[in-house]
Amino acid sequence: MPESIPHDSVGIVQPRTVHFDQPLTLASGDVLDQYDLVYETYGDLNPERSNAVLVCHALSGSHHAAGYHHPSDGKAGWWDSFIGPGRVIDTNRFHVVSSNNLGGCDGSTGPTTVNPATGKQYGPDFPIVTVDDWVASQARLADVLDISQWAAVIGGSLGGMQAMQWAIDYPDRIRHAIMIACAPKLSAQNIAFNEVARQAIRTDPDFYDGRYYERAVEPRRGLRLARMLGHITYLSDDLMSEKFGRDLREGKINFDYGVEFQVESYLRYQADSFVGKFDANTYLLMTKVLDYFDPAAKTGGDLSAAFRDVTADSLVISFTSDWRFASHRSREIVKALHDNDLNVSYAEVKSHQGHDAFLLKIQQYIDVLGTYLDRIASTHPS
Amino acid sequence: MSAERTADIRPDFAIIAQWIRPNSRVLDLGCGDGALLRHLGDRKQVTGYGLELDDKYIPQCLANGINVIQTDLDQGLAEFDDRSFDFVILSLTLQATHFPARLLEEMLRVGSQGIVTFPNFGHWRARVQLGLFGHMPVNPALPHHWYDTTNIHLCTLRDFENLCHLRNIDILERRAVDHAHQTGLGLRVIPNLLGEIALYRFTRKVA
Repeated sequence: MPESIPHDSVGIVQPRTVHFDQPLTLASGDVLDQYDLVYETYGDLNPERSNAVLVCHALSGSHHAAGYHHPSDGKAGWWDSFIGPGRVIDTNRFHVVSSNNLGGCDGSTGPTTVNPATGKQYGPDFPIVTVDDWVASQARLADVLDISQWAAVIGGSLGGMQAMQWAIDYPDRIRHAIMIACAPKLSAQNIAFNEVARQAIRTDPDFYDGRYYERAVEPRRGLRLARMLGHITYLSDDLMSEKFGRDLREGKINFDYGVEFQVESYLRYQADSFVGKFDANTYLLMTKVLDYFDPAAKTGGDLSAAFRDVTADSLVISFTSDWRFASHRSREIVKALHDNDLNVSYAEVKSHQGHDAFLLKIQQYIDVLGTYLDRIASTHPS
Repeated sequence: MSAERTADIRPDFAIIAQWIRPNSRVLDLGCGDGALLRHLGDRKQVTGYGLELDDKYIPQCLANGINVIQTDLDQGLAEFDDRSFDFVILSLTLQATHFPARLLEEMLRVGSQGIVTFPNFGHWRARVQLGLFGHMPVNPALPHHWYDTTNIHLCTLRDFENLCHLRNIDILERRAVDHAHQTGLGLRVIPNLLGEIALYRFTRKVA
């Protein structure tokens, strides 16, 4: 529980839900006849409706990016340190919109939602969605909010991929794409990690082919393993060494299989705090969204050609210790943008925190992002 | 990389601006805080990118409203296609690169013309400091001591021109300026002795 809500917090926020009746045809060819999107907003939309910023979440994020849901809420939104009055994404200047992606488990329609056609939760029958589908659904949300053009679409990791897709699919509706710690597609190694995570979940005896809701169980062991594996890829070797080294919880080895090293304790803690809060089917789905993301697939693998219709200015940021989406993956994006003579800036931030650096307040990162956002704020069309 | 490229020292900018055609595509290597590209954008409506390695300049470039790409020039310009730019500028940075000859070649691969400026090691004061007093020159154009300078490939006007000759690079224009950035008669007659900063515009020699 926050002792008191900081003055530069967005404070208590209220999620809202929009119901869409217009069917959405997905990249897979499946059709979602109706769906809900849950979202939050922070800061006021200006009279010109030109200061809206869409923040896109990554694998395990949600629409709750900033603030608290009630006064005794123990935990602020996932990017709270970045969003607020006077913070980097300054809600005194920007109207921030953050939605839970389709297939999520925080309120937008997903595997845990009751399928109106069957009266049962979708579970494994929820169609596999893609980043394109997410962006299409976010565009409909923008329509409802009467936002014809985002000042910026911002995201890290899988969120950065959404910003990229926005720039490709809706060139008239986005002025700036801010892509942080992401890649234009996953590498074989990235997919391999995702597959191990999926196998961990799918081979859990409590998975029941994804129909575990009906038995009131969940594949906790699998989801725990998936989360532990994920956390290893989010951190760097250096950070793990610095944080845990080979420190022992009891100061000595016990010659058994209990928790001995601090790093084991950390991973188990991360796993435990994830289970019960996140749905295993959604986790599977999110890893598939990542695996399938490849905007250049439609242009024969040529990312520059995929960016041909892009008009947005871009900021690309990578982190030196991020081995999940390493800097050279960001450079592929930068090259494809400047191949099209587009305005693009790129910063490679020195950090030792691995992929998770994008969530952390690293001074250089804050300076780069903050200055760029200043630039956007000073050029709102009115 | 471009420690001398700060907003308050822009000796060569006016001359470079004279050489750049309006609406050109420009790549500025070692762009510092982006002041030159901003200047060229304001005066000549150029577009393009600045490349810079130093963290501290990246937010400054963004504040100056230019496109900056954080990269190490010593790793080359491979991500840029041939003839992507009208001008590739290397201002007070050549002497701090590991592979200056290779970089000049790269400049003329990605651009039609190159513009290079560098502190002239053949300036009389440098010669006096080395020749007469026997120590490495320290002067307004070369403000650092030998042990803390980033300048690892210093040269004179004559050295640079020899390299261009060897590499089939055609020098289109040369200026030498003194510390006040004046180009007097003496500087035109004996530039290698009186010039503190050398400026060259060059292109690939046609066979």
